[in-house]
Amino acid sequence: MMCRLALGLAGWLPLACSSAEEAAPLEEVPGMVVPANFPAPVYSAEENPPTPAGFALGRVLFYDPLLSRSGEVSCGSCHQQFAAFAHADHRLSHGVDNRLGTRNAPALQNLRWRRELLWDGGAKHLETMPLAPLTNPVEMDETLENVLRKLNADADYQRRFAEVYGRKPIDSQQLLRALAQFTASLTSANSRYDQYARGEAGGTLTPAELRGLSVLRQKCASCHATDLFTDESYRNNGLPGGFAADSGRAHITQQRADRGRFKVPSLRNVARTAPYMHDGRFATLAQVLAHYDHGVTESPTLDPQLRRADGQLGIPLTAGEQADLLAFLGTLTDERFLHDARLSEKDR
Amino acid sequence: MYFRLFSLLSTSLLFVATLLTSCDDKDPAPTQPGTLDIEIDHLVGEQPLVLNTGSYTTPAGDQFTVSTFRYYLSNFSLGKADGSTYLVPESYFLVDEAKPASKAFTLDSIPAGDYTSLSFVIGVDSTRNVSGAQTGALDPINNMFWTWNSGYIYTKLEGTSPQASNGGLIFHIGGFKTPNNTIRTVSPSLKGATILIRPNRTPAVHLQTDVLKLFSGVNTIRFATASDVMGGANAVRIADNQAAGMITVDHVHAN
Ligand code: HEC
Ligand code: HEC
Repeated sequence: MMCRLALGLAGWLPLACSSAEEAAPLEEVPGMVVPANFPAPVYSAEENPPTPAGFALGRVLFYDPLLSRSGEVSCGSCHQQFAAFAHADHRLSHGVDNRLGTRNAPALQNLRWRRELLWDGGAKHLETMPLAPLTNPVEMDETLENVLRKLNADADYQRRFAEVYGRKPIDSQQLLRALAQFTASLTSANSRYDQYARGEAGGTLTPAELRGLSVLRQKCASCHATDLFTDESYRNNGLPGGFAADSGRAHITQQRADRGRFKVPSLRNVARTAPYMHDGRFATLAQVLAHYDHGVTESPTLDPQLRRADGQLGIPLTAGEQADLLAFLGTLTDERFLHDARLSEKDR
Repeated sequence: MYFRLFSLLSTSLLFVATLLTSCDDKDPAPTQPGTLDIEIDHLVGEQPLVLNTGSYTTPAGDQFTVSTFRYYLSNFSLGKADGSTYLVPESYFLVDEAKPASKAFTLDSIPAGDYTSLSFVIGVDSTRNVSGAQTGALDPINNMFWTWNSGYIYTKLEGTSPQASNGGLIFHIGGFKTPNNTIRTVSPSLKGATILIRPNRTPAVHLQTDVLKLFSGVNTIRFATASDVMGGANAVRIADNQAAGMITVDHVHAN
């Protein structure tokens, strides 16, 4: 662990000399140390070297409704910190003029480790991903051109961007890279489970939580894998009702075999990110477990792991196992992340 | 950790490779580099392309008009008779019928020499499709970027046709993953001409882009069955047409 940390630090050193924007001491930009129980990130710090001013700018932009057509909806409207940047209590996304989207807003956490984003993996880079909500008519309904016009007409933004990028006018690359300074910083790795996994002080799990962990490893970890609790694959976990409304991964690949497959979501902070699934159909974790136990529904692309030898579908879970799983899932709540003042809503 | 080691290794390999190629490329008598102008005319068969008001007919007999015609050309590369090639770094251009200035551009800092071939990509290489926020020709502000299935639109042709199911034509050709990869590298014949790159010369290659070739060639596109294409199998069929001869060299100016 020490070794990983030391290497991580060493990786930063050349930046200080080579980068025009001077790299910040680690503490000043949150979430940039690679946690010892995580793999190497996909979006490395080298790609967009974090600076305190860049991060602060990204944070202000993330919470600024100026970015939407109506001036009422910010990224933070649908991505709330106390819900691990998911949209609490909203099945589907709510955009400008109360327009309803088609999917549930997922938690934003550990995005540096994601190869592809969105429930169907359609967005392939963290920097260009905000173009989707910015221009989606049912989300922020704005054009990139107009967002830049508004930013360039604002003396305070002019000053802030110039401070970070040293050139005018504000262009889309500056906007997108500044936003990515913030979204990349959203690292959740300090739950009680993490402390347990890293053998740190405070990392004790109760007997029920430990039993829950072992059920999870046995029955769920083939998909919700590693300490990121996802294997980043697209799978059909047997939700009933067919996929006419949303074909999932097939929307991107146009392959029949991908119909009804969705990104395996992380389970981090899952106790705080209700409602659940791509369409927010389940309000509670108990309902999710009931689904795996007896709600899994037949369809051609149903994941083979949810077919049992006896022809039955799903993952049998006794009442005790369900209680233990619920206890364990609670240990994935990262209060430090949910209450990190550096990530909270900030007006200019 | 492995990742870091790997990237360190590959960086140093790259460095060594750069050293090697720069030695290889050294001319016996090193001279200053030169430039090459690219000038493009847009045609529909024999006629010049006129947005909105021009009306045209495909070889298969479908009528149409064009309101938007724009496409990326990138990764220009020049080849010598000995088989060696020079890839013009950062060569990304968005050609737009609505912006006459975009139909002429200059490739800079090409090593002096006698080049017998020219090749380029119609579209954008897969790396740049997934490399994060870009500027210049690749800036998403140019409206040539898909957000929901992210990646560049390499060719955009929009217009009208009485044969189309709703009267409109939308052809957005893009995609970089198999089986829907529409990146095409072409090497239109220079017709025996040689491009002489010298510090004191400004040679030019005149290209012609024929809109009809989107809809004919390898695959016949009929607007009754394909009028709203955004990537996918039909985009691949059109990309194959583009590769088969949408762009030809009209002539080379030695200048
Ligand atoms: C109207 C609500 C809404 C707004 C506003 C919004 N989002 Fe989202 N966000 C969503 C929804 C819904 C999804 C999932 C969409 C999908 O998968 O198709 C999502 C997905 C994401 C993801 C991908 C997460 C993952 O796990 O794949 C990121 C990153 C993100 N949003 C960042 C942003 C940023 C940055 C902004 C501001 C520019 C923003 N969002 C504005 C609703 C919203
Ligand atoms: C075959 C792979 C697979 C297995 C095994 C699996 N899951 Fe899932 N899980 C998924 C997929 C895919 C989704 C998202 C489905 C969707 O939204 O359409 C999901 C969603 C969830 C969600 C909702 C998360 C959110 O943010 O919306 C929870 C909670 C969950 N799973 C818990 C579990 C538990 C607990 C187990 C073990 C009992 C388990 N899963 C086993 C694939 C799997």
